[in-house]
Amino acid sequence: MASDSDSDEDFVSYGTPLEPLEEDEPLKKPVPLHEQTVKDEKGRYQRFHGAFTGGFSAGYFNTVGTKEGWAPSTFVSSRQQKAEKHHVRPEDFMDEEDFGEHGIAPKEITTSQEFSSGRRDEIREKARAVNAQAALIPGDTLLEELIAPARLSIGVELLRRMGWKEGQGVGPRVKRKARRQQTDGGSRVYGCVLPPAGSEDSEDQDDDEEFAPEDVTFAPKDETPVDFTPKVGVQGLGYRGLDPGMALLGRGAPEHIDLFRPQSEARSRLFGGAQRGSRRGGVAGQAFGVGAMEDDDDEEVYHRDSMSRYDTVLGGEEPGDGLYGWTAPQQYTKKRDASYLGKILEGFTLAQKPADEKTIFPPPDLPRDYRPVHHFRPSVDVSVLSGVSPALAEALRASRGHMVKEEEPQQGGRHQLDSGRRRTLLGEDALQGGVQGGRQISILINHIDQISIYQISPAGRSAVGGSASCGLQQDALAAWKGVQTSSQTFRPFEKNPSKQARYELYLNRLKQGDKDALEQSLDPAVTEWERSRERDEFVRASILYRPSSSSLSSRFTSARQQEDEDSVEVSRDQEGDVDDKQAAVNMKMFGKLTRETFEWHPDKLLCKRFNIPVPYPGSGVVGLPKVKRDKFSVFNFLTVTESRDSSAPPNPPEPGKRSRWDVSDQKKREEEAKKNDPLSELLSAARNQTETRLEQTSVSEPADFTEQEEEEEEEEEEESRPPMDLFKAIFAGSSDEKSSSSSEGDSNDEEDVKDAGEQPLNLFNVASSSVASSSAVASSSSAVSSSVEEEEEEEEEEFGPKLPPPSAASLSTEKGQFIIKRLS
Amino acid sequence: MAFPEPRPQLPQLPQHLLKTLDCQQGAVRAVRFNADGNYLLSCGSDKSLKLWSASRGTLLKTYSGHGYEVLDADGSYDNSQLCSCSSDKTVILWDVATGQVTRKLRGHAGKVNCVQFNEEATVILSGSIDGTVRCWDTRSRRFEPIQVLDEARDGISSIKVAQHELLTGSVDGRVRRYDLRMGQLHVDFISSPITCVCFSQDGQCTLSSSLDSTVRLLDKSTGEMLGEYKGHKMKGYKLDCCLSSKDTHVLSCSEDGHVYCWDLVEGSLSLKLPVGKAVVQSLSFHPTETCLLTAMEGRVQVWGAEPEETEEDTVAT
Repeated sequence: MASDSDSDEDFVSYGTPLEPLEEDEPLKKPVPLHEQTVKDEKGRYQRFHGAFTGGFSAGYFNTVGTKEGWAPSTFVSSRQQKAEKHHVRPEDFMDEEDFGEHGIAPKEITTSQEFSSGRRDEIREKARAVNAQAALIPGDTLLEELIAPARLSIGVELLRRMGWKEGQGVGPRVKRKARRQQTDGGSRVYGCVLPPAGSEDSEDQDDDEEFAPEDVTFAPKDETPVDFTPKVGVQGLGYRGLDPGMALLGRGAPEHIDLFRPQSEARSRLFGGAQRGSRRGGVAGQAFGVGAMEDDDDEEVYHRDSMSRYDTVLGGEEPGDGLYGWTAPQQYTKKRDASYLGKILEGFTLAQKPADEKTIFPPPDLPRDYRPVHHFRPSVDVSVLSGVSPALAEALRASRGHMVKEEEPQQGGRHQLDSGRRRTLLGEDALQGGVQGGRQISILINHIDQISIYQISPAGRSAVGGSASCGLQQDALAAWKGVQTSSQTFRPFEKNPSKQARYELYLNRLKQGDKDALEQSLDPAVTEWERSRERDEFVRASILYRPSSSSLSSRFTSARQQEDEDSVEVSRDQEGDVDDKQAAVNMKMFGKLTRETFEWHPDKLLCKRFNIPVPYPGSGVVGLPKVKRDKFSVFNFLTVTESRDSSAPPNPPEPGKRSRWDVSDQKKREEEAKKNDPLSELLSAARNQTETRLEQTSVSEPADFTEQEEEEEEEEEEESRPPMDLFKAIFAGSSDEKSSSSSEGDSNDEEDVKDAGEQPLNLFNVASSSVASSSAVASSSSAVSSSVEEEEEEEEEEFGPKLPPPSAASLSTEKGQFIIKRLS
Repeated sequence: MAFPEPRPQLPQLPQHLLKTLDCQQGAVRAVRFNADGNYLLSCGSDKSLKLWSASRGTLLKTYSGHGYEVLDADGSYDNSQLCSCSSDKTVILWDVATGQVTRKLRGHAGKVNCVQFNEEATVILSGSIDGTVRCWDTRSRRFEPIQVLDEARDGISSIKVAQHELLTGSVDGRVRRYDLRMGQLHVDFISSPITCVCFSQDGQCTLSSSLDSTVRLLDKSTGEMLGEYKGHKMKGYKLDCCLSSKDTHVLSCSEDGHVYCWDLVEGSLSLKLPVGKAVVQSLSFHPTETCLLTAMEGRVQVWGAEPEETEEDTVAT
């Protein structure tokens, strides 16, 4: 620090000043980097270690990086020099810079700000010293010089200059009288120590009556001195234990003068306050009630504070008589009209009877499986039944819904019940002979009998008769009787373990040839209709998944991984009905009807490349989420020739789907073929017929009876063999009618074949005249059409919209010739 | 002093023929502007891909390496790379300057109809007749696609990328929009085979042309139809459609040798541009200016709003 003498003593300059610039001086060359060195006092070069790793001096005497840098002190055996203790102080690792004026441990004596005076103006101090000498009382400033206060904030200093004292409020001065009125409701105070109350208690509480001069004002006391009583003991905050000294002597151990504790006795004595009542002996505190030695019974021990200690008025008068607030005693509030007293209008009286309570009805209970979102996805609930093959589920549902969700059968709302089951619940009589479902089954059984699907089982045919389920039971019994293989190949009720257990019990009984196996294995706890439903399910399942004959099965070993083989991956969300969408498109109602939204998982790397966050972090799925669905399907059992994957995804291309991109071509072709070939006429006629029939079945009947009537119709038509449509209607539901065609390969060649495929497939090779003829027509026509196509398109098979013919080559050559001609 | 705003100029249409490029590469299957509109790419049926200067009409480079006719091409945002797809089932990533094949991506089972870079040219997306869209990584040396989108049930005819969205049109009559950010797939059923799909410039609408000779403008978020444009003929060929650079007009190729241009809002036909006698196969609108490319047979024509008289005159004289 260097201060100049006279002129600018306020400035303090550090470092070496820059040389004054001269105008005509040539510009100095900048110092190159390698010459910008730092030397210490002794002229040694200093290395810069980095701003945060030591600066210029790092380590013990700047030894970082040198040979002896941070060298550990050599080990000296302390055997001989036990007494000599080796002390390492932090100063040992400091160099002279650290001890210097600006170091971290200065050794020189410097002024510290802590003890310097608030003002540091030397001139004024000098002036004041002179003034002090000349003043009336010499040495006025001596005291201040002696005990200079610690540093104060500027706010405190300013207040002090204005005459403020510590512990005093800020604001206009008040008269004592006015303040007294507020605290007049003064509390009866008992006990040894009062809780520290805020501003109202002071040393002059008692003696101000006699001393209240009018013209003396006092500073407001809005600043509450903080009670810095240290917390001792392990009790909770605010707990005051017993004071044994108080109990014995009626007076605590000689208290020190606590200036801050407002009510301390010593303090009031100190200020000459009158003793307020004689202190009594006895134990008081929060741990005890009224002791035996207490002579004053009405003393409130537990409830020390009174209502008047609270500020009961908040923005206006209290309702009622104002005696009590909301914390009024109970009997006070019980009196209803008390709050009305004096408030009743003239001409009115209080009602004798209380007004009727409003009954509040609770909102209706939502069904447990209610979801407030509606998805227009008809295939969603199929996925619930993923334990069973979709075809079976469809079949069971088609036959009057005897299998809804297996998990909670009775939770289904009433809307899930069909009319038949509702009737059962209500106890009404059936319409015509037995439950409708039973009738349905009987029809089914008739058909099944006719096609002699149970020819394999010898006793199968005899059983069909009166009650359908009875007949089915017989079938099942015949199928399972005597089967010794215990290996359960298919577990249809895997989702419901108890049901599966019951089913297995049933199967075991069947194997033993038990006649009433079914009734015994059913759960007696459930309701009747539930049991009947379960009965049907069991019978059906046992028939559908009956064991192969033991001799055959002994030749094969079951696969290790059964699941993988029996299930195919099907995308979880499937597209809804295309018919509806087609209708919407025809009506030009694009939007909700034609839009479908799926959850789709992009690859993680793809998201990275697109520079976006992964939408489903943590999911390992890529693409559309898939679910496993078992491949067991009725068609797997009925048909041998059909390929596996054709049965797996129930994605029906609708008949309107035939109008592909090349529908015009196809029609054209057909027309041409019609001219050429009489056979194709037959084909188109047959196609028209099927179309009309499809329309009939879908349109003509009311919905409930469609399938049934259709079946009857078919029955009448073809006595020999029910068509495939029937099976599909039964086993695959109505939407699967069109699904026999394979996935959309969409070649031109395949189109006609596909059309033929939509005719009833001849699966059983039963000679039925109409079917045979139609299939013959189909095959021949497909051959015809393909030949026609081959004639038309010689080049190669073309998929999708074609590219325009590249006539450019010929054109350009022509042009070229033309140009050449012109040129020549 | 506030002057009244000048009246907004009526949107101009590219109705004046500026240039005709005889590409000498067989039928031009597709013509595309590059990202900034200074260059154009023509995909020929003679297995070659050609790069032209759009302003001068000169041939800059020929890229050969495909095994069959080139069906679509796209340029990266920085003009350093090209991608093209072909009937030979491959997608090729080209280096623009050297004309070398940077990568040849095999994996499609059929001819590849459409190809597109994403915004940062880190992914090539190609749609094929085999019904899959394959996402190829241009950054790594992997030869397998990052992801195969096989949701379509028929061939993919068109694909477009905008930021984090992927729009595909398929012959199964559906427009699929893959939202990578939301992880959702939106399927819009159009019922007629889709030949071309486009995003609007503002990214709020999708345009799809289908084989029922209709171009439809759909709202992207809801799938509702905002406009329907008819009058052209698109029955059997895979032809392009597009939006003008300021989303004012909808343009579509037609089999009757015209380019139809509709007002987007009113849906009225505002221009019927006679291109030639054959089928207008492909068209591409300049990203910023009023400039249109059309491809018919072996020629590419450049159309502009103002007749370019000077060059025409010099050529004539």
